[in-house]
Amino acid sequence: MQPIEPIEVQRRLDMLAGEPLYIHLETTNGAYASHRDSSFFSAGTFFRNAQLTFLHGKITGDGPFRIGFETELGWLYAEGLTDWTVDSEERLLMAGHDQEGKLAIALEFSRKPFPK
Amino acid sequence: MNEQVLVVFPHPDDEAFGVAGTILAHTQEGIPVTYVCLTLGDMGRNLGSPPFANRETLSDIRKTELDEACRQLGISDLRRFGIRDKMVEFTDQDVLAERIFDVIEDVNPSLVITFYPGYAVHPDHDAAGFAAVNAVKKLPKGERPTVYALAFKEGCEEVLGEPDVVRDVRPFAEQKLKVIEAHQSQTSGMIESMRNQLLGLEEDVKSHLTFERFWTYPVDEDD
Repeated sequence: MQPIEPIEVQRRLDMLAGEPLYIHLETTNGAYASHRDSSFFSAGTFFRNAQLTFLHGKITGDGPFRIGFETELGWLYAEGLTDWTVDSEERLLMAGHDQEGKLAIALEFSRKPFPK
Repeated sequence: MNEQVLVVFPHPDDEAFGVAGTILAHTQEGIPVTYVCLTLGDMGRNLGSPPFANRETLSDIRKTELDEACRQLGISDLRRFGIRDKMVEFTDQDVLAERIFDVIEDVNPSLVITFYPGYAVHPDHDAAGFAAVNAVKKLPKGERPTVYALAFKEGCEEVLGEPDVVRDVRPFAEQKLKVIEAHQSQTSGMIESMRNQLLGLEEDVKSHLTFERFWTYPVDEDD
């Protein structure tokens, strides 16, 4: 992955509007966050292969970046994004890595389902 | 009874930190070890330091890493169950125990090594331990293999007592380090500190890296 270039990412987001997409969205503190620090309240989530069609999407911020997508019925939002790539299967993969390089958030779009 | 070890863990690298020396002690005596690894580790938060993997490439990278770790450990029978990382506790528990039982019937282990259910911190660890113990309990009493269980939950010794099996694995320190290093995406940021502990350069005699600690699970007790 490379550091996010917002103009390039926006160009990709514009290309994804209006067609059904498979989404992987995830936030994580790691499974050991509360084990290492009992005062730490650990919360996280992921869903894989939800299908959504966006009316439009936008990337904002100075880095880490935010992304918001509007759909017919609602919204998708993610913050803390730092890096991105478009892989060999034309999937748009974005992630937020903390100071140690560990994954904090992932937001990915694909025209085909991600492997289960 | 011929000796045979069955290791049941959820993540590629679970076999590295607290168990590698014990596995090496067996394989170097010619005792076969079968490793059932339940997930591909595909939801790991560590992606290399600095990151060289991403969420979609991590599973293939960790497959290669586990192959190398098994080569270092002398494990030739690796069975990946392919469950999504983090989802072990949510998969069908009866089916999982049955799959592990099939392996038990296949290899007839004298010793099973897994996590201590309820005392292994990560939900996948606890679920792996539960499933492995339930699989062992499908055998009649008296025919069940010994189960070495790993526990590291805060305060576990107050409930379980001291571990009854403590193995000094310093003779395998260099090889154990190679196993840990094989899991590059997960360990590249902490190798130096582990090397110092394993080679005795840092005084930490209680380290689970140098002394592998197990509780013999009471497999013949009724639930």
